[in-house]
Amino acid sequence: MKSFSSSSRILRKLPRENAFYFFTSIGNYTGVSAESLEEFIERIKEINTKSLEFHLYRGDFQKWADETLEDKELAEKIRNLQLLKPVGNTLRDQLCFIALKRFEELKRQAL
Amino acid sequence: MKIKNRGNVLDDLDWRILQVLREDAKQTYVETGRRLKVAHSTVHERIKKMEEQGIIEKYTAIVNLEKAGAKHITAIMTVFTDPKESGNVAERLSKFEEVLEVFTSLSEELLIIAKVTAEDQEKLHSFIAHSVAPLPGVLRIRTSIVTKKYKEEMFSIKGGQTPNERP
Repeated sequence: MKSFSSSSRILRKLPRENAFYFFTSIGNYTGVSAESLEEFIERIKEINTKSLEFHLYRGDFQKWADETLEDKELAEKIRNLQLLKPVGNTLRDQLCFIALKRFEELKRQAL
Repeated sequence: MKIKNRGNVLDDLDWRILQVLREDAKQTYVETGRRLKVAHSTVHERIKKMEEQGIIEKYTAIVNLEKAGAKHITAIMTVFTDPKESGNVAERLSKFEEVLEVFTSLSEELLIIAKVTAEDQEKLHSFIAHSVAPLPGVLRIRTSIVTKKYKEEMFSIKGGQTPNERP
């Protein structure tokens, strides 16, 4: 169970340089970024699935959740999702489900 | 034929000297003069003048990184920007060690084209994701990794002349 302060910290708005920047391949930035977990959920609902696949299999989502949001639990859940090797809209739906569930849990703890 | 260059005027001999220097900047005044059939003192005088005028900015070495055993890749990065921020983005890009050349271009949108180098694809991606994408005004980025270089010259000896103007 996370404390109020650590939940709020995970839910914080990040500085621009720590945002998650969505790419579709090496060096090809889509112009879409997320500066918080809440924004991340909104973006993954709409971003090209090619971008989701690119980042999941490079470990970028896991790394951002772990090192930038500082949410080891979310990072672990995404790592487990990677093991299932989802692609396309299945990946989108499952990633969205995991992130949203975690967001709601953190919101409740932060109240 | 004389070519105007921001107030400086280059004649055909100047251009031919530049051509010789472009091929090998270590050639002596004597060698250059012999090749162009002019006195070495003339070559010396012309080169000094072009240096003073900033037409010849510097002499540099072209390093073959493959032969030097340096691990590297080169990429051409096209950065689409908010028109109000493009100047700032170009200036910020110019300050990065990884960026070798920066140009702005107007096509359908305002673009910045930059030549970038990195040790490998992972480092290239990391640089673009952490240093370029977060710059204010960057809308999106397209990057092409260079697979083979066929030619690289700093300038064309035609120097803006049409073929009919060449002697």
